[in-house]
Amino acid sequence: MLLIHCPYCKEKLPELEFEYAGQAHIARPENPAEQTDAEWRDYLFIRSNVRGDHAEQWRHSHGCGRYFNALRNTVSDKFIATYEIGQACPTSHAEGEENNEQLES
Amino acid sequence: MAFNSTVETLPAMGRFSLRCKRENTVAMSKALGFELPSSISETAQSGDMTALKLGPDEWMLTCPMEARSEIEKSLAAIYPDAVHSLTDISSREVSIRISGPEAEELLSTSCPRNLAELKSGRGVRTIFDSVQVILTREEQNQFRLDVWRSFVPHVMGLLTVAVAEFECGL
Repeated sequence: MLLIHCPYCKEKLPELEFEYAGQAHIARPENPAEQTDAEWRDYLFIRSNVRGDHAEQWRHSHGCGRYFNALRNTVSDKFIATYEIGQACPTSHAEGEENNEQLES
Repeated sequence: MAFNSTVETLPAMGRFSLRCKRENTVAMSKALGFELPSSISETAQSGDMTALKLGPDEWMLTCPMEARSEIEKSLAAIYPDAVHSLTDISSREVSIRISGPEAEELLSTSCPRNLAELKSGRGVRTIFDSVQVILTREEQNQFRLDVWRSFVPHVMGLLTVAVAEFECGL
């Protein structure tokens, strides 16, 4: 079982207490009425499907109940970092950029 | 190996879910008469009232059934200055007490947490075989599970089977 560090509880806890909640850092447009159909479609449905480091939201649903962000490698399933909502992503990778040592070798 | 741990349900007690922002905790503590715990999983006690911090802005208060209206009144009085949400959840849950030298092992049959890391006097919300529970370590060898009422037969069933297995040395 994966152990996930909850940035609010400050503990490494079993995966069973957590819930995956989609890609992170997608801000809702301030004024949806001003969006074009294409922009609104992108906001609602278009997500990256990264092979490598992926910034995503998780929820500690059977614990403190908080959403937080995590940077996880989708190949190795390793959690690189978890951080509170509102904080910047801890690495310099652009969103959707592939970074995976297994692919490069 | 002799087995002498017990599993029992506890009589009804008052429970509240208290939620408020950080800046209001001082006023809350004053109205309650004791300091609310400041970090997750910590408990604070005053007389027969306890507070357990479950999340960044969430506490569970427990008290005797007859003390409920007093708490409600004292917190309602400060509501205009310190906005909060106090919900009576007394009958939502049933408490189960597990005590004895094998209590920790008994719980570990269905709880994925590392219970050795849960120190005495601390409590957490966690999962017990897919059921969300609030687990409090009251003493080194004594735990309390607060389980939603409709899940109690399931949880008690699992614990009963675990006790039977421990008793015959499995």
